[in-house]
Amino acid sequence: MALIGFFTWLFSLVGITLPYGWAWFLSYAVFILIYAVVLLVMLAFILLFDRKVWAAVQLRRGPNVVGAFGLLQSFADFFKFAFKEVVIPSSSNKGLFLFAPLLTFTLAFIAFAVVPVAHGWVIANINVGVLYLFAISSLGVYGIIMGGWASNSKYPFLSSMRSAAQMVSYEVSIGFVMVTVLIFAGSLNLSKIVEAQRHGWYAFSILFPMMVVFFVSALAETNRPPFDLVEAESELVAGFMVEYSSTPYLLFMIGEYFSIVLMCALLSILFFGGWLPPVDIWPLNAVPGVIWFIAKVWFFFFFFAMVKAFVPRYRYDQLMRLGWKVFLPLSLVWVVVAAGWVLYFPNGIGG
Amino acid sequence: MSTNALAEGTKTTINFGPQHPSAHGVLRLILDLDGEVVTRADPHIGLLHRGTEKLIEHKTYLQATPYFDRLDYVAPMNQEHAFVMAAEKLLGLEIPKRGQYIRVLYSEIGRILNHLLNVTSQALDCGALTPPLWGWEEREKLMVFYERACGARLHANYFRVGGVHQDLPPDLLDDIRAFCHRFPKVLDDIECLLTENRIFKQRNVDIAVVTREEAEACGMTGVMLRSAGVHWDLRRNQPYECYNELDFKIPVGKNGDCYDRYVMRMEEMRQSVHIMLQCLDKMPEGPVMAENHKVVPPRRGEMKKSMEALIHHFKLYTEGAHVPAGEVYTAVEAPKGEFGVYLVSDGSNRPYRCKIRAPGYAHLQALNHLCRGHMLADVAAVVGSIDIVFGEIDR
Repeated sequence: MALIGFFTWLFSLVGITLPYGWAWFLSYAVFILIYAVVLLVMLAFILLFDRKVWAAVQLRRGPNVVGAFGLLQSFADFFKFAFKEVVIPSSSNKGLFLFAPLLTFTLAFIAFAVVPVAHGWVIANINVGVLYLFAISSLGVYGIIMGGWASNSKYPFLSSMRSAAQMVSYEVSIGFVMVTVLIFAGSLNLSKIVEAQRHGWYAFSILFPMMVVFFVSALAETNRPPFDLVEAESELVAGFMVEYSSTPYLLFMIGEYFSIVLMCALLSILFFGGWLPPVDIWPLNAVPGVIWFIAKVWFFFFFFAMVKAFVPRYRYDQLMRLGWKVFLPLSLVWVVVAAGWVLYFPNGIGG
Repeated sequence: MSTNALAEGTKTTINFGPQHPSAHGVLRLILDLDGEVVTRADPHIGLLHRGTEKLIEHKTYLQATPYFDRLDYVAPMNQEHAFVMAAEKLLGLEIPKRGQYIRVLYSEIGRILNHLLNVTSQALDCGALTPPLWGWEEREKLMVFYERACGARLHANYFRVGGVHQDLPPDLLDDIRAFCHRFPKVLDDIECLLTENRIFKQRNVDIAVVTREEAEACGMTGVMLRSAGVHWDLRRNQPYECYNELDFKIPVGKNGDCYDRYVMRMEEMRQSVHIMLQCLDKMPEGPVMAENHKVVPPRRGEMKKSMEALIHHFKLYTEGAHVPAGEVYTAVEAPKGEFGVYLVSDGSNRPYRCKIRAPGYAHLQALNHLCRGHMLADVAAVVGSIDIVFGEIDR
């Protein structure tokens, strides 16, 4: 990495010979910092985009006061959240109550460590990237369960119960969807999965139904409508977030949106060729990979936003039925189909 | 109750409202839950009690009318209608044809106002966030029609004993007609989001089924009763005003579930548009108020010329009209069901007693029966579909 050389040079100016380990550490710290800041700023605009799309469907204008076209709305909201009083219910378990949002936020954040945004642009290019992501997203539910439990209130409690069941059921099918992709790509490394799609995105192969299952499960996994039973305004008021205010609430919200963005990123990595252009021809492949990647993420986020605007909410039992009786068998069968396909067409994979 | 007791899987009691997003106002619902299954739903009422009936006993008939706007504030004029009809019946007043048509026109506007809110908030209770905003856009237009007729968007006080307060401006009728032509398109839009939506159907079909016997035993009226397959609509069965001169259909349900009620309300809105168009076509010229100046205030122009008119005006706006002694029950088919007024007069200028029969009250009492055995999420949908507004229930 260029930064390592930069730091070695920088310290040599003041007469210090920086050991390689330190240079490596410093450069990664800076890299992570840049990545985090870019991610957070993008999230601010994703939030605005969500509200704008939603507003457009509902024939409203959405936020349009703070900054031009309301561009600074998310920043204004951030300050509002940050400066408000943190209300902690007296009967709550204070430690857990505050730890829960922190956990949600942190887990959602560190998942991005393995997400490649362009060729070689990844913080941790580990060879079990998919497993790592799977582990992180499974842990995500703990924040919600803890928050609901620690609030010591009935609506949050019901919500965390729902959340536990919901996450478990949809993670199973998400897992199998990922397995089909792994069978095709032959690697758990996200960059390699993207590279494997150079000659055809998996979304346009026999994995198409899996892409749909992944999208719907991602909605369930991130508590977006029609699977927002955990929040369910008309039933549970605000679910596990009922008792939260100010910054802890903000952390929950950012964590939630981070996992949505993560799901969009995964959708583009697993099925839509990550940073690769749709066709490898001149005007398209001249565009930097990171632009393609971000464009894809925004495109899929648009669908997340549209779904929110259009669909009613499933009931608890209906959600479970869909997860266990439709998605699980379907993805299970598709694992077999994908395996068979790879076995019989070892050279022609990818559609 | 501590968290530990919650976790033991025993019966949980939760307060659903009065500060709950889908409590439709100030419903306080005590729910006993077994897991998420409702074992008992106990509605508590009275949080919006204002003593309307008692207050009316101390008001002249003219002063009493505005209280009816504040009962079911979603469709104000329909309530006024029942009250002024009761007073008119005691007085034996004949309403001019134009006045009748304007009343019917605005009653149907009220029906659309109500159903738009109800259908879309039922959708909202099922988690669909967009229909309410599409519906409210149209409600806004209808409220402007209210405003142009009487000066107020909500608390109209437009129906008066003897007719309606003032004639409508001519361009208003054209605008209402234009609205009637555009509005079915909006209904189509809302329907395309909901009617065939799988999730919406799953959330509403076979939820809170009312049978014919139950509906009759609970005193249900309106859409709730008709959803159980009973052909009963006061506009048809006890025609008042000019409803028997108009052509309209009354949708009747088959299954008595939430989905039937939703579909019926959508169809009732279309029928209301049909009625409104007929009213606009058939509306004759002429006075909108009866000419009996012992009851109906004189026109302002007359007051400038006639001493007698000035005296009438003064007497009517201070002492109020005297209504002959007697008792009477009148009911209108309000959007929510049979809205009735039982009026007892002792011959003075104030009602001796005014009992209000609010349809929502009878519907709410069935809530325990309707919700038991369903899940927590269904409670919101049921509360949405029985169409309750606490202004009229708590009175």
